[in-house]
Amino acid sequence: MPIQTVELRNISKRFPGVLANDRVNLDVRAGEILALLGENGAGKSTLMKILYGMYHPTEGEIAVNGQVVQFKSPADALAQGIGMIHQHFQLVPGFTVAENVALGLKSSRGPLTDLNVVSQRVRELGAQYGLHVDPNALVWQLAVGQQQRVEILKALYRDASLLILDEPTAVLTPQEVQEFFGILRRLRAAGNALIFISHKLYEVKAISDRVVVLRDGRVVGGVATQATNQKELARMMVGREVITQWEKPAAQARETALQIDKLQALNDKQLPAVKEVSLQVRAGEILGIAGVSGNGQRELAEAVVGMRLIRGGSVRVNGKDVTHHSPAQMIQAGVAFIPEERMVMGIVREFSVAENAILITHTEPPLSRRALFDFRAVNTHVARLVREYDVRTPSLETPVKNLSGGNIQKLILARELSRSPRVLIAAQPTRGVDIGATEYIHKRLIEQRSAGTAVLLISEDLEEVRALSDRIAVMYEGEIVGIVPPTTSVEELGLMMAGAKKDS
Amino acid sequence: MLEQLFAPAVIIGILASGIQLATPYLYAAVGEMFSQISGVLNLGVEGVMLMGAFIAYYAVLRTDNLLLGLALAALTGALMGLMTAVISVTLKAEQGISGIGIYLFGLGLSDLLFLVLVGTPKAIVGFPELDLPVLSGLPALGPILFSQNILVYFAFACVPLAWFILNKTTLGLKVRAVGQTPEAADSLGISVARVRYIAVIVAGTMAGIAGASLSIGLLNIFQQNLTSGLGFIAVALVYFGGWRPFRVMLGALLFSMVNALQLWIQTLGIALPSDIAGMLPYILTIIALIFAARQIVTQPTALTKPFERGE
Repeated sequence: MPIQTVELRNISKRFPGVLANDRVNLDVRAGEILALLGENGAGKSTLMKILYGMYHPTEGEIAVNGQVVQFKSPADALAQGIGMIHQHFQLVPGFTVAENVALGLKSSRGPLTDLNVVSQRVRELGAQYGLHVDPNALVWQLAVGQQQRVEILKALYRDASLLILDEPTAVLTPQEVQEFFGILRRLRAAGNALIFISHKLYEVKAISDRVVVLRDGRVVGGVATQATNQKELARMMVGREVITQWEKPAAQARETALQIDKLQALNDKQLPAVKEVSLQVRAGEILGIAGVSGNGQRELAEAVVGMRLIRGGSVRVNGKDVTHHSPAQMIQAGVAFIPEERMVMGIVREFSVAENAILITHTEPPLSRRALFDFRAVNTHVARLVREYDVRTPSLETPVKNLSGGNIQKLILARELSRSPRVLIAAQPTRGVDIGATEYIHKRLIEQRSAGTAVLLISEDLEEVRALSDRIAVMYEGEIVGIVPPTTSVEELGLMMAGAKKDS
Repeated sequence: MLEQLFAPAVIIGILASGIQLATPYLYAAVGEMFSQISGVLNLGVEGVMLMGAFIAYYAVLRTDNLLLGLALAALTGALMGLMTAVISVTLKAEQGISGIGIYLFGLGLSDLLFLVLVGTPKAIVGFPELDLPVLSGLPALGPILFSQNILVYFAFACVPLAWFILNKTTLGLKVRAVGQTPEAADSLGISVARVRYIAVIVAGTMAGIAGASLSIGLLNIFQQNLTSGLGFIAVALVYFGGWRPFRVMLGALLFSMVNALQLWIQTLGIALPSDIAGMLPYILTIIALIFAARQIVTQPTALTKPFERGE
């Protein structure tokens, strides 16, 4: 029987030392899109994993169509018509679309697979909801947006009539988001219930019928989307007023600090990823690089800071040629880097806050002398950084992996910015970071710009790029398709991100 | 001297023994392939083969019942597969290291049992050659392909069977899924552990049979370390074959043919130091692996990684 209502009643989930959900009540009905809004760590994912049978609630119950149910595993949730589209797709890349859909299902041919039957039904579902995808295509060859369709098809194929969508738009271009919203509207019109998890306020406003806001594991509000606005939602989410628009003085035209000429680099598969990119960043300006993930931004950043082999072209810092310099030499040249993968490249997970904070400067006085640490100086130094950059940590000895994403990012920021760099490369500085920390990081980046640093900001978040940048370069398939002012509309930027050239 | 090698009878002899020698590799490698495709590197094959070889040999020595010997070898293999599964899947032990443990266990136990129960090597009567009607009468092809013992035929039959199971059945789909993206399989309600148990036990059973094919099909004897590295070659053959049944078979054939060649070189007394000749197959393996490792898309990406749910 299709889902009419699903209720979460008084759900609490306790992990050792953490109350992730605290007596949460939530309900969703057929034919509506419910947005679940909250910062990272607010308990959205935990709650949804309980609803999908991946976690068991410490207390509380779930009712489907008024009947209390117990989920031991996702299979039980699926059997009740609840499907989940994970943020990280649960697809087998080496399988075809049909094989991915068929996986785990009973076959009409007993022990033999019935991929023809599956393909046929996938086509029908695709036509019905606008989820067009070739059932015989290999998943790893599909674009991200298409892979997402496969995920939705998997759930629909299993007769899911409640779909939980965990930050589904994070991987899409603005155009793909519009298309995706069209799919959601069709699903709603067909009588499905949808839970849309997000922390992007404008998307929540655009697509949902109702919003429930979680903070610190508790429901802090539920409103009809029409009756609210982004400002109010942000306040509910964070618990205070949030600044999203920055007043910044006009950039002073100053000397070029970072000059990139016809730079070329390969990606990890040894294919060209950066194709003759030329950019200049002046001291005291933020140059934003917009683009959909995987268009060479990561390789560009790594090549510039000396972490990736440069296959052609040159990099200059303050007029000095630093092409082929090692990361250590780049640091000497005054280049700071906030890497995209902060858990891998930004920190050493097992090291303490203090150790991570001095990764770069630990060989210099006063932190150490003649290969020996001066721990008192280290502690003073780190304590000052932690205070100055508002890193919330139980102690300086706490392993960094125990901090939240936002606090880890603030620690990296503290380490990189305290060296007063001439050039700062910030790659996805606020990805996966909550609104409060995002606001703080934005403030710091703008301060750095005003202090005369040349900032190269790489971000997939268009709102962020537009709010911070003095100029925006759009990257597509390894090339810069155009450089435009930050006042350029999201639509126009979106077209450029999809490869449309801009003559300027 | 070398021209002796090109006499028709010798060529037929080399090819026939090449086919025959491929048998234990095929059983072991096809089984190992299932295990690896499900994400478990089963390095203990060699030890399981030794146990299978001894059990089969001992049963035949006592009862003269070849099928009983084969069945007991398969059972022994299955039990050791179960043991491997408990260690690598449930207890999540490091697979390379625990595999070596299982190898040493099989090596030691088979030797001990042999010394206690048998003592000195005694020959047995193994599976006889089975001439297939009509086909075995074909010139050249007959003696090469159709005048072998039944274990040889079955070994080659396993290859298309494995292909069919992996590519045409729901079980095969699950095995491939848990070896590539166990999280995805888990999210669809598939028990990763169960599928891996099945694959690892299949691998153990096949390794047991592989051992039997040696002790009661090919050599008809048992001695300490009878397999002498054959199980490890089988593991390498799976990589060589890129986790595809027919390529694994090609690898097994290539290897056994070179082996047959060097045996004949020694038999014919051709002046090539026997140590060098004996090394040929192994040198070939290394060279082949270097080239084979490159062009692989079917690699089970979760190989050797225990599955743990959630973050």
